[in-house]
Amino acid sequence: MLRNILRLEDITMQFGGVVAIDNLSLEVNENEIVSLIGPNGAGKTTAFNVITGVYAPTNGAVYFKDKLIVSNFPKGPMKKIYAGQNNGKYTTTIKKTPDQITKLNVARTFQNIRLFKELTAFENVLIAKHMRSKANWLSATLCLNYKEERKMREEALELLDILGLIDVKDEIASSLPYGQQRHLEIARALATEPELLLLDEPAAGMNPQETLELTSFIHDIRSKFNLTVLMIEHHMDLVMEISDRIYVLDFGKLIASGVPEEIQNNQTVIDAYLGVPDDDEE
Amino acid sequence: MKTSKNLIYSLILAVVTLALLFFLEVNKAKYGMAYTVLTKGIILAVVAVSMNLVTGFTGLFSLGQAGFMAIGAYVTAIFLIPTNSIEEVYYMSGVSPAILTFKTWLESTPLWFQSLLPYIALTAGGLVAALFAALIGIPVLRLKSDYLAIATLGFSEIMRAIISSPQMDTITNGSYGLKKIQGFSSLIQVFLIAAVCITFMILLIRSTYGRAFKAIREDEIAAEAMGINLFKHKSLSFIIGSFFAAVSGGMLAMFMRSIDAKTFTVSLTYDILLIVVVGGIGSITGSILSSLLVTASKEWWLRFFDSPLYIGSFQVPLFKTGFRMVIFSVVLLLIVLFYQRGLMGRNEFSWDGLAKAFNKLKSKSSNKGGSKIA
Ligand SMILES: Nc1ncnc2c1ncn2[C@@H]1O[C@H](COP(=O)(O)OP(=O)(O)O)[C@@H](O)[C@H]1O
Ligand SMILES: [Mg+2]
Repeated sequence: MLRNILRLEDITMQFGGVVAIDNLSLEVNENEIVSLIGPNGAGKTTAFNVITGVYAPTNGAVYFKDKLIVSNFPKGPMKKIYAGQNNGKYTTTIKKTPDQITKLNVARTFQNIRLFKELTAFENVLIAKHMRSKANWLSATLCLNYKEERKMREEALELLDILGLIDVKDEIASSLPYGQQRHLEIARALATEPELLLLDEPAAGMNPQETLELTSFIHDIRSKFNLTVLMIEHHMDLVMEISDRIYVLDFGKLIASGVPEEIQNNQTVIDAYLGVPDDDEE
Repeated sequence: MKTSKNLIYSLILAVVTLALLFFLEVNKAKYGMAYTVLTKGIILAVVAVSMNLVTGFTGLFSLGQAGFMAIGAYVTAIFLIPTNSIEEVYYMSGVSPAILTFKTWLESTPLWFQSLLPYIALTAGGLVAALFAALIGIPVLRLKSDYLAIATLGFSEIMRAIISSPQMDTITNGSYGLKKIQGFSSLIQVFLIAAVCITFMILLIRSTYGRAFKAIREDEIAAEAMGINLFKHKSLSFIIGSFFAAVSGGMLAMFMRSIDAKTFTVSLTYDILLIVVVGGIGSITGSILSSLLVTASKEWWLRFFDSPLYIGSFQVPLFKTGFRMVIFSVVLLLIVLFYQRGLMGRNEFSWDGLAKAFNKLKSKSSNKGGSKIA
């Protein structure tokens, strides 16, 4: 049975006069791997930022597990310069901060790796366990939560083990090779115990071998952690192989969606990508 | 195996420290300077560690230390001026009836309570400062943290102005300041209070909350994406840091026995900032070491430069009052130039680290003149 876990409705994100996302609607169903593709500057990362509460959209709504988590409509100075559609359709404002979204079980990675650079791999993962801690600051300081602390540490080590990072657990994050940093970011995201994982260009900067391995890796973590994955990616081989469905953005607009075969043969998509050798771009 | 060995070393260090403190306590008259420097140094270590908690571990730049110390100092002083001397201390403008009532009430409390008064006074000072920190933090920490430095600096100066304003005369005694404050019973008492404060902060930093602070320092956006509420954790760090700054201020009041608003100018904050930078931003042991070293050089070891120096009958120029501060600044400059990350960087003292540094030094000197080994 398909149950949708994430739904974007008529999302428009306008920065001043720039419409970065123009009326985007999309759905991700439970346990799917869905890819969001499109040339650079298409608005993919911005879509992630809207879902995770980094930006409040200018118009539209986001549902997570059928619960309205984000909603907005043009107001203030934006009223006058709003260049998107569906003005007037949305009348409620719901904002959540990124930490609140993460607590709802939505985790993400970043296009330009944002690890806690000077901390060890272990600490990076351990920090992601903090929000589940039931201890208040005083009892944590007085070590009254030692049982919980031990459990957090065990779970973090277990994750590092699963992601093949156990041997580098005490290395400083920024000293790790690029591929391992990407893995560590995923480990850290998984430590927040997400149901929905948003991956922003997980293969960027990886060598061909690592990229190849990523397919089975993402499949593995999906089944192991019972995840739904929404992924932004440029490596078409990876996208076509791994995705259940694909959405294509161009200049902020959705230009196509469907299963990989449909997208591969879609003329609009081919045109959008023509002349843009996106395969190995950042 | 190794940890038990280190534990033994640490125990030995603790015993030696206690013995030294005890020795100094007994021979106070003979080693007055060491006594003073250790007292002041360890008091400043508390505020330095608290600044490190806020700045070095949470990445918030607060410049309000002097203000919070002033709050701690005045609250502690009011608690600890003996009731029978209170009229005498406020002889110029009289004492506020509220304080008088409070002091009379304190008099009537049981004896065991009164014997705990220094600790209660320090805690009360800390709590009042924590309240102020919450009031400043709530508007400022919701914005970008850059504003915190300006807001706290402003707060600190306003605090000083309020303390010395004539309207506050019956509470703060205006520019006359407060005198006859009950002092510490011994050097060991000073060290115990400081040790409790510093241990508390170390435990906080090592807890899951401390890790959240470090995450915020490293990358706010990533920290937020890990479910860490930025405002809540920044406020927590700032409020606890201010609490301990005030405790240190209260301890300073107990040490100096008399305080006035001039003690708590911005230059006090800069002194503390300097201690933190020299010790290493993000190193607790660095801050403690640096507090003791900086205090010792400033008040003791460099005194030599302040008195006239004669070689034969030739008086060396420059050696006069104030020259020690010049030397002090030069030393600082050298430290900042050659140890950009302070004496300790972000490292903490450990016996293994000491052994490693020692070995490095040994191999360096044995390699001297020899071929370079990559
Ligand atoms: N904070 C911002 N302010 C202004 N413009 C932005 C902001 N974030 C993104 N944009 C613009 O939105 C567009 C889409 O960017 P982005 O989502 O990063 O593209 P993609 O991830 O698809 O490469 C770009 O034109 C970018 O300049
Ligand atoms: Mg992007």
